[in-house]
Amino acid sequence: MATYSLNINGKPYPVEAAPDTPLLWVLRDELNLVGTKYGCGVAQCGACTVHLNDTAMRSCSLPVSAVGNKKITTIEGLSEKGDHPLQLAWDEADVPQCGYCQAGQIMTAAALLKHNANPTDKDIDKAMAGNICRCGTYKRIRQAIHLAAQKGGKS
Amino acid sequence: MNTMTVSRRSFIKVSALAGGGLMLGFKVIARSMEEEATEEGVYSLNAFLKIDSKGIVTIMAPNPEVGQGVKTSLPMLVAEELDVKWEDVVVEQAPLNRSFERQVAGGSGSIRSSWESFRKAGAGAKQLLTEAAAKTWSVNVSECLAENGFVIHKPSGKKLGYGEVAGKASTLTTLAEIKLKDPKDYKIIGTRVRNVDTKNIVTGKSLYGIDTRREGMFYTMVARPTFGKKLKSFDDVETRKVPGVKNVVRWENRVAVLATSTWAAKKGRDALKLEWEDEKLESTIDHQEAFKKLIQQKHDAPKRNDGDVDKSLAGSKKVLESTFEAPFLPHASMEPMNFFADVKDGKAEVYGPTQTPARTRTEIAKALNIFEDNVTVGMSRQGGGFGRRLQADYSVEAAMISSIAKAPVQVIWTREDDMQGGFYRPTGMYRYRAAITDNNELDAWYLIAAASNQPNASRENSFPAGAVPNFRIDSHNLESNITIGPWRAPNHNFIAFAEETFIDEIATELKKDAVALRLELLDRAKNNKFGAVTYDVDKYKAVIKTAAEMGNWGKQGKDGIYKGFGAHFSFGTYVAQVADVSIEAGKVRVHKIYCAVDCGRVINPSGAENQIEGGIIDGIGHALFGELTFEKGVALQKNFNTYKLIRMPDAPLAIEVKFIDTEASPQGLGEPCLPPVIPAITNAIFAATGQRVRRLPVSLMTFS
Repeated sequence: MATYSLNINGKPYPVEAAPDTPLLWVLRDELNLVGTKYGCGVAQCGACTVHLNDTAMRSCSLPVSAVGNKKITTIEGLSEKGDHPLQLAWDEADVPQCGYCQAGQIMTAAALLKHNANPTDKDIDKAMAGNICRCGTYKRIRQAIHLAAQKGGKS
Repeated sequence: MNTMTVSRRSFIKVSALAGGGLMLGFKVIARSMEEEATEEGVYSLNAFLKIDSKGIVTIMAPNPEVGQGVKTSLPMLVAEELDVKWEDVVVEQAPLNRSFERQVAGGSGSIRSSWESFRKAGAGAKQLLTEAAAKTWSVNVSECLAENGFVIHKPSGKKLGYGEVAGKASTLTTLAEIKLKDPKDYKIIGTRVRNVDTKNIVTGKSLYGIDTRREGMFYTMVARPTFGKKLKSFDDVETRKVPGVKNVVRWENRVAVLATSTWAAKKGRDALKLEWEDEKLESTIDHQEAFKKLIQQKHDAPKRNDGDVDKSLAGSKKVLESTFEAPFLPHASMEPMNFFADVKDGKAEVYGPTQTPARTRTEIAKALNIFEDNVTVGMSRQGGGFGRRLQADYSVEAAMISSIAKAPVQVIWTREDDMQGGFYRPTGMYRYRAAITDNNELDAWYLIAAASNQPNASRENSFPAGAVPNFRIDSHNLESNITIGPWRAPNHNFIAFAEETFIDEIATELKKDAVALRLELLDRAKNNKFGAVTYDVDKYKAVIKTAAEMGNWGKQGKDGIYKGFGAHFSFGTYVAQVADVSIEAGKVRVHKIYCAVDCGRVINPSGAENQIEGGIIDGIGHALFGELTFEKGVALQKNFNTYKLIRMPDAPLAIEVKFIDTEASPQGLGEPCLPPVIPAITNAIFAATGQRVRRLPVSLMTFS
């Protein structure tokens, strides 16, 4: 066990964990930030996506010891009031079915919009290919990303 | 106007809400006498509908929510008849309670089974509120009207909010007749209502079973045998050295590791030294060899047998024969299996994702040898189900481990556990033969099917049954220790592909248009039917014609786009689809799906279209990529790096949906749109390449 001070959603969190513990389980089990989801554990499905210094990362495959003082953003911290343009667009396009993957989808899309404010369908395909939606809401996810981009999606 | 006479005692129960208000409990109308008798004494009133003194309306969503949208659409039925503004409604998930009629997510049946009773519950409450207001004003109830959360006295224009009369309504005792709205007055049913949980979903709130956190709970991972193995012994010395591991217990062939974090539980589980004993080890190749033999054999008891297929096949000018192969499919719901259980003092409290909470209660009670009433089942929102969570294996496992370890546990499966420990869509082989007469008529249709643990791997009354004079379905069961279960649109999910591909092959042989042939056969089923016809020919034809029109059927190869057709009837719903497909550098690209649906009245068009779009994308994905194979009882695809699920770039950019306009009662929708998309795309692949897809997934083939 080792002690880490994590910078999550703008706040410091001291945690004690084995160094090889993936950030995902630290968030979920130690800090009760359960919005970040487990889907595969091998960086294949994207359900666990968080931002590490504004870049989308798969937290299931990132040992807590490798985080250092980098800034972590989880779905809980994407916006203060749940009103990030993507969060609003997800509601407007009525995207979720089971909803389990959607936090990861939004985190990946938010990273995309940070680097590319007006993505084409091809850009969206490329950026979102790492996130699986087993319910098949891809058409609406795409629509919601376009919607958020139109409304100035960076926030 | 629908009028229904119901005795209040047998339908709804009314009581006062703490703080002043109305609480309406919902009881089943059709219930056995025995249960009726016990319920009075044993079961407390369930709060199905609550109206507090401030007028806040809370409607419980009794059915499990796995992404099919019933947590939104079922309360819509109640709110419509209660006549409140949807914005004023709060929806909560109900736990398992005997007074609900059917708390199941399966068989595309939630709306179908609740359509009448839920509207009646809303209408009954509205009548009580109206009566209470009339009493307050000392006027005749016939002079009052209730709408948008208010009771209005028509002659004077006086108004009282539902909240203001809810307390009084709770004291009323008579409710003889429940009147339902004329559908033309609907304000909520038929409008686009967004998922009630979206705000919580997009902000990462705790909603799912896997998010459960309880005082003293141990995160638990379990070592389970692969198929055909038995646990001989285990050594947990290394496991117990892992920091955070608190206990190791054995239950039958499984070893559970209880820890203070999921990661510690996993590391502890991985450190177990397990010795297994072989029983019967099965491989996919063994199943295929067995199927090949079975499909050459007649079955003594055909599922359906019209005319004489042997005579027709022997005497016809032309016989077509094709064999189709179905792989196992795992459900692969994004949220892996998990369940919370706290068993102590002869009682069990369990909570988590289940499509069948009642079955969960029954099986846990049986496993623990306690009364069912000592098992409390709570339902979380569920990260997909697709049929996997109809099983109770994982909830029983959690309860047994809690009972043995004497501690509250949350058992979590890894993705690898989920792939190996499934109840899969069965594997099978389907041999079709068709006889064509000298007049180019379809004279015989003979299917011999064989599938694993599935004695009826067909749908024997499925089209073209009834349109062919000699029609026979045989189905062989291959016993296997690899467990199977319902998978979204069971049987239909493969049979539609096989049937609709074979119809396409027959059309090609007869040099007929594939849509024209279907319509011709449907006319035969109507005007000159052979045996029973269990589908509605006119509804079937209507969706086929609509989809053909939407999809510009008949124009092949324009701009490299080829079209394929598929239609299927399941769960009360008729669906026809046209697929636009191209082959780009040997790769199948699905551009657009046109889909015509007759599912009766549509409750929530946004949710309904979401189910259709999802069903279509799910169908395309599994047709293109889905295959689970076994070697000696071990699943060879262990995670999403080797088991491919469809991703954004492979999903069609466009899906166009058209509902047939109808006043008919709502039918199923979670499943029926998946089956026909598979033949629609594979028939389009044939149009593009001349290559027939007869074995799924499509990715096994190469296209030039």
